[in-house]
Amino acid sequence: MGLTDKKLPGGGTSARSGGLFGAGGPTFLTTKLDFIVNWSRRNSLWPMPFGTACCAIEMMASAASNFDLARFGMERMSFSPRQADVLICAGRVPYKLAPVLRRIWDQMPQPKWSISMGACASSGGVFDNYSMVQGIDTIIPVDVYIPGCPPRPEALIYGLMMIQEKIKQESLAQHFDNRAEDPLSVGRPRSDDAEVEALTGPFGNSTRQNRVSGLVQTDRISRPEDRLP
Amino acid sequence: MADETRSGLDAVEEGPAASEDAESAASGAGTLAPEHPSVKALRARFGEAIHSHEVGCRGQHVVFVDAARSREILEWLRDDPDHHYQFLSDLTAVDYGGGRPLHVVYQLFSMTHHRSLRVKCVLPVTALEIDSVEPLWKTADWLEREVYDLFGIRFNGHPDLRRILMPENYAEGHPLRKDFPLRGRFSRAEQTRRALSQEVADFYIPEEMEIGRDPQVLGHEQDGDALPSGENA
Repeated sequence: MGLTDKKLPGGGTSARSGGLFGAGGPTFLTTKLDFIVNWSRRNSLWPMPFGTACCAIEMMASAASNFDLARFGMERMSFSPRQADVLICAGRVPYKLAPVLRRIWDQMPQPKWSISMGACASSGGVFDNYSMVQGIDTIIPVDVYIPGCPPRPEALIYGLMMIQEKIKQESLAQHFDNRAEDPLSVGRPRSDDAEVEALTGPFGNSTRQNRVSGLVQTDRISRPEDRLP
Repeated sequence: MADETRSGLDAVEEGPAASEDAESAASGAGTLAPEHPSVKALRARFGEAIHSHEVGCRGQHVVFVDAARSREILEWLRDDPDHHYQFLSDLTAVDYGGGRPLHVVYQLFSMTHHRSLRVKCVLPVTALEIDSVEPLWKTADWLEREVYDLFGIRFNGHPDLRRILMPENYAEGHPLRKDFPLRGRFSRAEQTRRALSQEVADFYIPEEMEIGRDPQVLGHEQDGDALPSGENA
């Protein structure tokens, strides 16, 4: 107290008077580097919206006043991948769009995270057909999958909070190991062939029971040439 | 107009019209809608080239014409002042499966006479070719590209017949054909690999690529020339 009350020779007030905890408090704090870096990262996540379908409507609702993503540090949607931290893939992705998604992911600087929002982005959803990517995890790495068709804004916010939890667990000591990228992976599928087949195989409730798979005889439209090899 | 609306409602109340059964549809034609003036004129002018005529759901008149003379017939329908179908609402195709022929559908509308007509051409699966109507209606450009992309019907005389919806390097065939398997012909791994091997140049013709690259195409060079002369003056 006495120290801060002392006038400086120049006549001005002490440079230490406006400390972090008010007048008289210390002007520094000690913390772990991991904590302060992760704290600032997880509270300033800027999402890159990759909205292609109805999930994007829910994403817009999440950003609007009722749910207000800005409360959690997603201060604005970053429509440039260069300034984005987390990619939100909201909606179905056809094969024609797959190189675009991959390129946007490649353009985002590290550290970066990604969210697969909704059934279509996560697994192809009901669109188990010739034109749709069966889960974007065959194209890019995914941190959080949000179920729903489409998920409500609360679900998206919960997903983003899970990303924040994930960031909290990271340590700068393993930063380069965790975040290293193979330059040769740019523009290529994330999964190898065997993994793509494992990830995109028909689920019990979709193509295995329809007439095209041929596993269930439904009517005369079931033809041998349509069956999967 | 009121009669047409009422007859359309009657058609709905009757349930799904047996549009596949030409006779039952035609028998309902007397109560549904009057004889279509364009069909009568077509029969008078083109005779044998007009194969059949039926009335489908909501009094929609469908006329089947000879595919070899379709271009000539459609041009006459567009230009004749008594008919004047200057608007091509839609151009599409239907595959009924089982090796049956494909139908190319032209949905015409005359703003002059407030009248619509559906013209169909029947193409056997062994000869999927028909004359392009792009010179008649410019909107047919992309519509014919779409039909070519999804059904594999070739339009002779089209200026730029290439895929429009599927990727340019798509090699699995034409997806809306009934003999096309739902999940495609290639494995998912192959499809994923092919999808990511697409080049931007695959999607566009050279002229379209130039638009993004060369300022001259957009007229920027003229602006650049005008600036120094303005400074001198």
